[in-house]
Amino acid sequence: MNWGQWLLTAILLSSFIPGIIIFALPEKKHRLRTILNLCGSILKIILILAMDTGIYFGHNFEIRLPIIPGVELLLNGDPLSALFATLSSVLWLLTTIYAVGYLEGSPNRSHFFGYFSLCVTVTIGIALAGNLITFLLFYEMLTLTTYPLIIHRGTKKSLRAGRNYLIYALSGGAVFLFAVVALQTVVGTTDFTGTGFPSTFIDTHATVLSLIFVLLIIGVGVKAALVPLHGWLPQAMVAPAPVSALLHAVAVVKAGAFGILRIVLDVYGPQNLLLLGVLPLLATVASITILYGSLRALQQDDLKRRLAFSTISQVSYIALGISLIDQPLAVIGGLVHLVHQGLMKITLFFCAGNLAETLGIHRISEMDGVARRMPLTMAAFSIGALGMIGIPPTVGFVSKWYLGLGALAAGNWWVVFILAVSSLLNACYFLPILIRAWFGKQQGSWPEEQYLGRFETRLMLLAPPLITAFIVMAAGVVANAQISPLAWVRFIVREYGL
Amino acid sequence: MTAFQLAAPAWMIVPIILPLIAGLFCFLFNRRIFAIALTAALANLLGVCILIYQLLFFGPMRCHMGGWQTPIGITLRTDGPALLMLLTTAITGLAVTLYARGYFSYRILNPRHAARHQQQQRYFWPLWMLLLTGLNGLFLSNDIFNLYVTLELIAISAASLAALSGKPASQLAAFRYLLVSLLGSLTYLLGVVFLYRSCGVLDLDLLQNLMQNAPGIRAALALMSIGLLLKTALFPLHFWLPPAHANALAPVSVILSALVVKGSFYLLFRFWFEVFTPIITTSALNFMGTLGAIAIVWGAIQAMRQPRLKLMVAYSTVSQLGYLFIAFPLTRIDGNIHIWGIVIFMAMAHACAKSAMFMVAGTVFLHLGHDRIKDLNGIRANLPITVFAYGIAGVSLMGLPPSGGFIAKWLLLSSALTSSQWWWALVIIVGSLLAMIYVFRVMSHFFVIPEDYAFTKPTPVSPLMEWPALALALISLLLGLAASWPLYILAQGNVVLAQIFPGGLP
Amino acid sequence: MITTLLYSMTGLILFAMGLFTLIIHSHPLRKILAVNVMSTGVFLILVAAAYKPLGLGKIDPVPHAMVLTGIVVSVSVTALALLLACRVQETSNLDLLERRKQEARPKESNQ
Repeated sequence: MNWGQWLLTAILLSSFIPGIIIFALPEKKHRLRTILNLCGSILKIILILAMDTGIYFGHNFEIRLPIIPGVELLLNGDPLSALFATLSSVLWLLTTIYAVGYLEGSPNRSHFFGYFSLCVTVTIGIALAGNLITFLLFYEMLTLTTYPLIIHRGTKKSLRAGRNYLIYALSGGAVFLFAVVALQTVVGTTDFTGTGFPSTFIDTHATVLSLIFVLLIIGVGVKAALVPLHGWLPQAMVAPAPVSALLHAVAVVKAGAFGILRIVLDVYGPQNLLLLGVLPLLATVASITILYGSLRALQQDDLKRRLAFSTISQVSYIALGISLIDQPLAVIGGLVHLVHQGLMKITLFFCAGNLAETLGIHRISEMDGVARRMPLTMAAFSIGALGMIGIPPTVGFVSKWYLGLGALAAGNWWVVFILAVSSLLNACYFLPILIRAWFGKQQGSWPEEQYLGRFETRLMLLAPPLITAFIVMAAGVVANAQISPLAWVRFIVREYGL
Repeated sequence: MTAFQLAAPAWMIVPIILPLIAGLFCFLFNRRIFAIALTAALANLLGVCILIYQLLFFGPMRCHMGGWQTPIGITLRTDGPALLMLLTTAITGLAVTLYARGYFSYRILNPRHAARHQQQQRYFWPLWMLLLTGLNGLFLSNDIFNLYVTLELIAISAASLAALSGKPASQLAAFRYLLVSLLGSLTYLLGVVFLYRSCGVLDLDLLQNLMQNAPGIRAALALMSIGLLLKTALFPLHFWLPPAHANALAPVSVILSALVVKGSFYLLFRFWFEVFTPIITTSALNFMGTLGAIAIVWGAIQAMRQPRLKLMVAYSTVSQLGYLFIAFPLTRIDGNIHIWGIVIFMAMAHACAKSAMFMVAGTVFLHLGHDRIKDLNGIRANLPITVFAYGIAGVSLMGLPPSGGFIAKWLLLSSALTSSQWWWALVIIVGSLLAMIYVFRVMSHFFVIPEDYAFTKPTPVSPLMEWPALALALISLLLGLAASWPLYILAQGNVVLAQIFPGGLP
Repeated sequence: MITTLLYSMTGLILFAMGLFTLIIHSHPLRKILAVNVMSTGVFLILVAAAYKPLGLGKIDPVPHAMVLTGIVVSVSVTALALLLACRVQETSNLDLLERRKQEARPKESNQ
C-alpha cells in the first residue's frame, strides 16, 4: 500500500473507530465521548484536506479490493469526491458540536453518537466510492445507520416515520441493485471513469441502457427526494434536530444527489447521455420537484416541515443543473449547489433546533418577535433564508446565477422561468418568517422557555449556526477567489473536460 | 507411518469418527461432558482445516474404506463444495457448542426445574455429537447407500433433539418430524434400489459414467428428489418445519435450521448437477425454480405474520431455502463454475446468519420468558450485544452488501440477467424486500427503549450466549468481503465439474 | 426373471399401501406400522434384485448387505418412533384430562 491508500483508509477509519469505541463506552462517560468525537472529526478534516491537496496536484488515490470476478470494491479519490467529502467532514464537525449541546442530559447518547459516527463514515464512503458496487454498498449502509437515528426518540410517531423511511429507502436500494447488476451485465463494468462506458454499446443496447438509466435514477432519486419518491422526507422530521440537519444537508439527501451526479458524469458520461436523449426526462422531473416542493413548503406551518419541503425543492437544483450537461455553466451551478445548499440548509436546521430547544417553538405562527429574544440565532437564520431565496452576496445567489446563465446559453427559456418562479416561491415562504421574527410583536409567553447558558442559548448550540452562516456569506463574497467551492467546482468541470 | 502424513486420504475419517467417539464418551461419562464436546468440536474444525489444506495442495481425494475398492467398498471423497459445507458445519457447530453451554447453564440456574434442565443437558451433548457425525458423513460420503445411512442417522438424532424440551407441542412436532424424515429416507432408499437395479453400482463416480435416459433411472431420480425435497422442506413440503424448529430448545433450533436442512439440500444439488446431469430437462429445472420462487414469497409472507420471534425465524428459513432452488434454472448459462459458488455462498451465509438469529431468539426468550414480538421493547438496554447480532444477521438475510447473502444474490441476479431470465431476478428482488419487512418489524421493537423502561437485570446472561451469536453474524457479514477464498477453494474441486459441463446442459 | 418381477411388484405394492396408510390414518401407531410396511416393501425389492436363478452365476452380495443395514436402521428408528408416540399420547391425554377437569370445575362451583 502506498501513502495514498493509507490516507483513504485513515479517512474512513477516523470516524469508524471512534464510532465503535463509543458504542462500547458506558453511558456516563460524557467527556471522553465528546473528546473522541471531536478528535475524530478534526482528524478527518485534516486528512481530507491533505487528500484534496493531493488531488489538486494530480495524485491518484485508489484502493481496489477484488471480491469475485466482476465485483470489486473500489475507493477512488477524484475532484468530485473531494468536494462531497470535504463538505461532509466540515459539516460533521459542526453538527457534532451542535449535537453534544443539543442532547445534553438526554438518555441513550452512546447509541446515538455511535450511529452518528458510523453514518459519517458511510457518507465519506459514498463520496470515495469508485464504482457503482461500492456506491451501492455504502448507499445501503447509509440507510441502516440513519434508521436508528431517525427513531432515536422511540415515540410511535418516530417509529412510523422510521418505517416509512425504510420502505422508501430499501425499495429504492433494491431497484438500484437490479439496475447495477443489469448495467454490469450489459456493459461489463460499473467503474467511474469520467467519460462513461464506450459509446459502441449505445448502438447495440440503446433501449436497455435508457431503461437502466431510469432505474438507476429511481434508485438514487428516493434518497434525493425527487417527486414522487419524496414521501419519507417530511415525516423524518420527527428526528432530533442534529439528525435532521445531517439528513438534509450532509448525508441522505446529498448522497442521493451525489449519486445522480456520479451516474450522469461517470457511469454514463455526457456524450452517451446526449446520444440516448434521456436527460430531458431528468430535467422535467427535477423541475416538477422544484415547483412542487416550493408549493408544499408554502402550506406548512410547522417550521421543520417547511424546511423539509424546501430541501426537496432545493436539492433538485443539483439534478436540474447536471441535466443541462452540454452547458458547462449550468453544470457548475448544479455542482456548486451541492455545497451551497448544504451550508444554507444546515444553518436553517440548527436555528430551528435552537428555537425548539430553548423556547419550545415548533410552529411559524409562534415566532412573532422571536428575534428580540434570540437575535444571533435569528440573524443566522435570516442569512440562510436569504441565501435560499438567492439574494447576493450569499452563496445561493452564486448557484442560481450560474444555473440561469447556463440555461440562457442553451436557450432553455423554460428553465429560466422555473428558476424565477421558484425564487419567487422561496421568497414567499421565507420572507414571512423573517418579517414575523424581526418585526412581529411577541404574543404571550414562549411555549417552553428555558434559560440555557450565558448567551441566548447554550454556546454549543449557538456557535455552529453562526459559523455556517458566516461561511454562507463569506463563500459568496469570495466565490471568485483561488480557494472557494466555486473554484473547486470549476476545477472539477475542467477535469471532466466539459 | 503413512497415516500421519498430511497427504494421507485417511484424514477424511477424522470428522466422522471423532464426533462419534465423543458422543459415546458423552453418553458414558457423567462429568466434564462439555469439555469432551468442546474438544471434539475444536478437533473437528482442525480436521476440516487439514482437509482443506490437502485439497489446496494435493487436489480432490478419494479414500477407500477398509481397503475395499469401488464396486464393493465404500468411498469417501473431498472436493470444494464438500469441504466448504464441512467448514460451515464445523464453525457453526463450534459456536453452537459454546452457546449451548451458556444456554443450559443459564437454565439450570433457575431452581424450579433445575433437575429437568440438567437432564436435558445430559442428553443434548451425545445427540448433538451423533448428529455432527451424520452430517460430516453426509458431506464426505461418495456412496448412495452410505448416504442413506447418514440420512437416517441425522433423522434419528435430529428428531430426538427436537423432542428434548419435553413440552407437548415440541414432542408432537418431533414425532411428525421423525415420520416425515422417515418417509423422505424411505423414498430416497427406493430411489437407490431403482438406481442399483439399473446401473449395478453405488459409487457416485461410477454412476456418473453410467448415466443414460432409461425409465428406471428417471424413476430413481424422481424418487430420490422427492425424498430429499421433503427433508429440505421446499414449498409445499415445508409444513413440518416451522413447528419442529420453533418449538425446540434454542441450540437445537440452531442446529436444525442452519445445518440439517442444508445437508439434504447439498445432496439433492449434488445429484442433480453431478450424477443425473445428462437426463435433467429444462422444464424440470424450471419446475424447481418455480417452487423455490413460491417458497421465497410464501415463507416471507408467513414470517411477516408471525406473532412470535422463533416462529418468524423458522418461516424465514422456509423463505431463504427458496433462494437455493432459484439457482437451479440459472444453470443453463455457459461457464457453470458459478453455480456451486451461488448455492455454497447462499448456504454458508444463511447457516451463519440463521444460527445467529435463532441464538438471539433463544437468549431473548430466556431473558424475558416469552418471545412475543410486540412486547420486545427495551430489550436493547439489557442485551446490547444480542440485539446487535440480530441486526447484523438481518442484514445478511436481507442480502444487503457486504454480506455473504449479498454476494449470493448478486451472483443469482447476474446469472438471471445474463441468461435473459429476468423474472427470476424480479423474484429475488421482491424476496429481499419482503425479508426487509420481517427483519425490521422485529428490529424496530428491539431498538426502542420506552421512556418508562425499568433497567432491571433478572439474571445476567452469560457471555457464552451473546458472543457466539455475534461472531456468527459477523462471519456472515464479512463473508462477502472474503468471497474470493471460498471461490478459490471451489475452483480446486472443479476437476469433476469441468468434466460434466463441457458446454452447458442439454 | 418372472420371480424377480413378482417380488419387485409385491414390494412396490407394499410400499404404496404403507404410504397410503401413513397419509390417511392419524393414529400414531398406525403411522409407525405403515412406515414399517413401506420399509419391508423396499427391502423386498432389494432382495429380489440380488436373485439369480440357480446356475446362472454368483448371487450379488451387495443388496444383502444393504438389506441387513436397512433392517438395523429400521428397527432403531421404529423404537424411537414408538417412544415418541407414547410420549405424545401421554402428554396429549394429560392435556385432555386437565382440560376436562378445568371444564368441570366451574360447573361444580355453580352447583
